[in-house]
Amino acid sequence: MTGTKLKELFLKGPFGLTLISILLGFLVGAIVLLIAGFNPAEAYWAILRGIFAKPKYVSYVIIYSTPLIITGLSVAFALRTGLFNIGAEGQFIVGAMAAAIAGYFIQLPMLLHVPLCLFLAMSAGAVWGGLAGHIKARFGVHEVISTIMLNWIALYLSNWSLTLQSFGKQGTGKSHMIQETARIDLFGQWKITEAGIEFIRSHKVLGDILKSPVNLGIIFALLFAFLMWYILNKTTLGYELRAVGFNPDAAEYGGINVKKSIITSMSIAGSLAGAAGALQVMGVGHKIAKLAIMEGYGFDGIAVALIGNNTGPGSVFAGFLFGGLKYGGAKIQDAVGAPTEVINIVVGTIILFVAMPKLIQMLLKFRKG
Amino acid sequence: MEPIIQDLGFIIGTTLMYSTPLIFTSLGGVITERSGVINIGLEGMMYFGAFAGAAVAYFSQDPWLGLLCAALGGAFWGLIHAIACVSFSAEQIVSGIAINFLGAGSALFISRLLFDGATQTLTVARKIPQPLDFLFGEGKMFASSGFTDLVFNRFATVYLAFFLVFVVWFVLYKTQLGMRVRAVGENPEAANTLGINVTRIRYGAVIMSGFFAGLGGAAMSIAVVSRFSNTLISGHGFIALAAMIFGKWKPQGALVACLLFGAAKGLEIFLGSKGVPVAGDILAMLPYVLTIIILIGFVGKTTAPAAIGKIFDKGDH
Repeated sequence: MTGTKLKELFLKGPFGLTLISILLGFLVGAIVLLIAGFNPAEAYWAILRGIFAKPKYVSYVIIYSTPLIITGLSVAFALRTGLFNIGAEGQFIVGAMAAAIAGYFIQLPMLLHVPLCLFLAMSAGAVWGGLAGHIKARFGVHEVISTIMLNWIALYLSNWSLTLQSFGKQGTGKSHMIQETARIDLFGQWKITEAGIEFIRSHKVLGDILKSPVNLGIIFALLFAFLMWYILNKTTLGYELRAVGFNPDAAEYGGINVKKSIITSMSIAGSLAGAAGALQVMGVGHKIAKLAIMEGYGFDGIAVALIGNNTGPGSVFAGFLFGGLKYGGAKIQDAVGAPTEVINIVVGTIILFVAMPKLIQMLLKFRKG
Repeated sequence: MEPIIQDLGFIIGTTLMYSTPLIFTSLGGVITERSGVINIGLEGMMYFGAFAGAAVAYFSQDPWLGLLCAALGGAFWGLIHAIACVSFSAEQIVSGIAINFLGAGSALFISRLLFDGATQTLTVARKIPQPLDFLFGEGKMFASSGFTDLVFNRFATVYLAFFLVFVVWFVLYKTQLGMRVRAVGENPEAANTLGINVTRIRYGAVIMSGFFAGLGGAAMSIAVVSRFSNTLISGHGFIALAAMIFGKWKPQGALVACLLFGAAKGLEIFLGSKGVPVAGDILAMLPYVLTIIILIGFVGKTTAPAAIGKIFDKGDH
């Protein structure tokens, strides 16, 4: 690729627009910090240190990013078919619930237990997403509204499941811990043995990393991102789904079953968000707890998808960005006393500019005179 | 008094109290969507309003000033949404998502600055008053804690919300301005040809929706409770949005839907107080299930404004 072509792609393509939006987001964040009386350079430096200063921090960022990448993929996948999956939150919740139930009640060897939990969680998510798709395809109810409803139904369903005698630990608002065989922690058991404790103490880098709840989640996240890219770009199904997203009328005319595509797309999106919930239970929490409010994994996934320009690789990048900001951003409170929530302002601003390509193109034109 | 009547009064009273924030916000939704602009950012606007209302009421000790500032705060985010959607042809749902991050983020940001690093305000000295309180009590017209007290002795915001339902209905259907708003939402090209300033109408409608959502937030933070906290709003803006659609984009319809959601909350609290927690979660779920069922029942009837979500650009023709 020649230099000019590269420049063209960068300045006019979606990649350039996203990058400019990200820069503008940090710029607005800096201005807000400045007005509030903080040194933005110091604050941003604190975030960077909070992400990279210790091996443990990097490990935590990966753990924080994992569910965000996957819910991001969920939202992105649906968006490619022209559907707005606000319901990743609810699909995440039913996925987590399914994994917690299957992880607690079923006794199996690990090699079967882990895939089974994941499969059941993805199925639950697929039902939750597919339901919204079905209601849209059959009855024309906008998916934004049905998924908002399904989010709340999922939340109350999950809370209700905890009131069941056999599943919830009565009086704690939490479920029983899932079996060891359903967990995807790395060295979870070994870490608390004497040898493990000794290892953590003596190995500076690896030991530090092991202090965080390292798990296989990120492997799954990257695998899902690759699968999504593959399905969308290399299969007939992906071609059809994208065609529907591009122009449903033309797709219908071209012989694609639009209604079926809507249901398929929402089911796949739902299964992804369900997987995110399952991996969070299997790798980090090992249980579910009563939800007083939405935890926000699905809503953050919307941000990830939008910043990642609705692609697999983009969601991975944006997921790490958001995960890093979330984890590193929590530290600016102690480091410089600035409110952590400047992160939400940065992310919100990025999305706002992503929503307005027209403005950014105008700014670019203006700069060129 | 019969305990059953007392219980009924309790349920109706709680229903009214919890419906009120939704009614304000839902009305905001009606106004903006009727002009053709989707506003999924109601949640963020409500969140910011809840904070601004509580913070101003705390420092000024004047709940009314708090209510006003909450509305203005919401209107500010409405303005941002309008600039993005109307002037820069933004994807409306995406802009709304951005507003949700920005509204909540900025509320918490300022809260930490003003309240010693806390994501909640301190308790306000004076909440929104109950204007009919003087009628109830020992030796007054009505006994305290009786049915009438429980039902009718409510915060001023409750009466204001009902009054505004009427106002919005009146303006939308009985005035020229309302006719213009609806025309812009149905067919902006035709409205433009008739000399209606589409840009101005939409700016006004979106800003008003923020104003109303701000009121809704404050109705929560300085009436239902007496402080803002980071978990206070948690999805009420989205419920209000759903109520607006449930109510077929009409103020009176939105009112009914909000009362339904409020009633579920009222019943949940009532049953919780009687120690029936199992039913609580299922009951809380019901209005959402019902909304989906009712929406399915709309099959074939297009009730949304025709030009909703469509970008209007005068240069196009």
